[in-house]
Amino acid sequence: MDVILFLLFAAIAVACGVNLVVQKHPIASALSLVGVMGSLAVLYLLLGAEFIAAAQVIVYAGAIMVLFLFVIMLLNAGGEPKTPGKSRMAGLLGIPLMAVLLGLLSYLVQRALPKPAGVTFGAFTGGKPYDVGKAIFTEYMLPFEITSVLILIAILGAIVLARKEID
Amino acid sequence: MQAIYQSPLFLPLVMTVVIIGVFPLLAGYIVLVERKVLADFQVRLGPMRVGPHGLLQPIADALKLLLKEDIIPTNADKFIFWMAPVISTFTALTAFAVLPFTEQLRVADVNVGLLVVSAMSSVGILGIILGGWASNSHYPLLGGLRSAAQLVSYEVALGLALVSGVMSAGTLSMVGIVKTQLARGVWGAFDNFGFMLVPFVIYIIAATAETNRAPFDLPEAESELVAGFHTEYSGFRWALYFLAEYANIFVVSSVAVTLFLGGWLRPFPSVKWLEIPLNYGVPVLLFAGSGVASFPLAKRLKSHIHRVGLIGMAMLLVLLGLLLLVPAVNAAVAGFFWFFVKVSSLVYLMIWFRGTFPRFRYDQLMNIGWKWLIPIGMGCILVNALLGLAGA
Repeated sequence: MDVILFLLFAAIAVACGVNLVVQKHPIASALSLVGVMGSLAVLYLLLGAEFIAAAQVIVYAGAIMVLFLFVIMLLNAGGEPKTPGKSRMAGLLGIPLMAVLLGLLSYLVQRALPKPAGVTFGAFTGGKPYDVGKAIFTEYMLPFEITSVLILIAILGAIVLARKEID
Repeated sequence: MQAIYQSPLFLPLVMTVVIIGVFPLLAGYIVLVERKVLADFQVRLGPMRVGPHGLLQPIADALKLLLKEDIIPTNADKFIFWMAPVISTFTALTAFAVLPFTEQLRVADVNVGLLVVSAMSSVGILGIILGGWASNSHYPLLGGLRSAAQLVSYEVALGLALVSGVMSAGTLSMVGIVKTQLARGVWGAFDNFGFMLVPFVIYIIAATAETNRAPFDLPEAESELVAGFHTEYSGFRWALYFLAEYANIFVVSSVAVTLFLGGWLRPFPSVKWLEIPLNYGVPVLLFAGSGVASFPLAKRLKSHIHRVGLIGMAMLLVLLGLLLLVPAVNAAVAGFFWFFVKVSSLVYLMIWFRGTFPRFRYDQLMNIGWKWLIPIGMGCILVNALLGLAGA
């Protein structure tokens, strides 16, 4: 059951990811991204990380995608115009070369990293809100706080940039 | 047979089918109640034609919506136009999966239950903006943009109010939240020396805004935007949006009940001697009492069919009331009864808002959200944390 669900949602995630790149219209791409985020959330859930799954849907599939769509609609971005003069070579060699590159990369990563223990569905039970909260506020306190300062700086930067434009 | 009945998936599946089957009807009758109550506020009668006192109006409306011509605007983005109401309805109905009607009567009790509800409501926004955009028309686009801005702003306030509630409950599981209230012997709204009332009020205001209800119904403000994001929708697609809106109202009310009003618990859950008067007295009085009260009314009716119908209805109510006196039945139904009484009161409150408050201007809406609700919500978290520490 777990394996079937995993394969199903992994396939959906990959299909949505490919669709995201292939689509010409920004809104369709954004929708595919929602699909990717949603299926990723299901994968997290299958691995036993309930909190991360819920947070993934709330933050990425919900809030961030709404902002994306908001911006796309406000700018009224239309379909991308077709760029003429595509080289035939790129079309012919692109996909095989990419496959080779990805294959090499995955081979190297697998060799460089120590062999991981096999993943079993449902074996991990540390994904409850309590465990996540405890890890964040004890073990990873410093990185967590530094990240929030970083985000604060980014927000301030965005406001400063936006103000210049208004004046 | 025995094996099927005892399977752990049996009750959740049955509940899912029942919710999907019954809720559209319930939504129709919430609409009827809303129209009748609003009519009463405005000294009108409301729908009266279909059935006695308009009782069959929701069914007539549903039939009309199903049989209507399905119109898709020529320049609309067909796929997204089709998809948007489905997203709205899907997310709204998915949130039902974690609502605990009683301790046993629920689809699922997950330990991130409350987060699932807020996840579904945040994805549900997509349905509204996409519908507004895909119609390829000015008013729906404006309505969609407005609703995106409004929902994103009020989601923050809603989340802050929920955090206060979760802090005093100590768990995110919906069943666990109610159980904590039973253990502490007090409803969430009156916890922390009554200070939890502040997040409760914030939650109600933000929830009204989240469900696009008056006075926060700017996304569908008739006087300026025709009908907002669903202007171009008709027939069954429009019915789906409608269903989603009323499902959302039900869900936010249920979350408020679970987190702040003790879920399926009766009032004063820790006072033992109140069990008999409250669990037996109130429902029996409500059902049997309203049945008995309808007998003199039936005499005043002129039409013979109406009179017989009302008397039959009254007998049924009295019978239901007497059935509730049986201890086994009462034990099974009392929790469900209290849950629904509380949810209905909150739904009534939202209808009452609609009949009472004028619509906010857009800048007022943003001011209330960002300058009042969010700072107060943050303050609540601080104060409730301190009070919680003091109480522990």
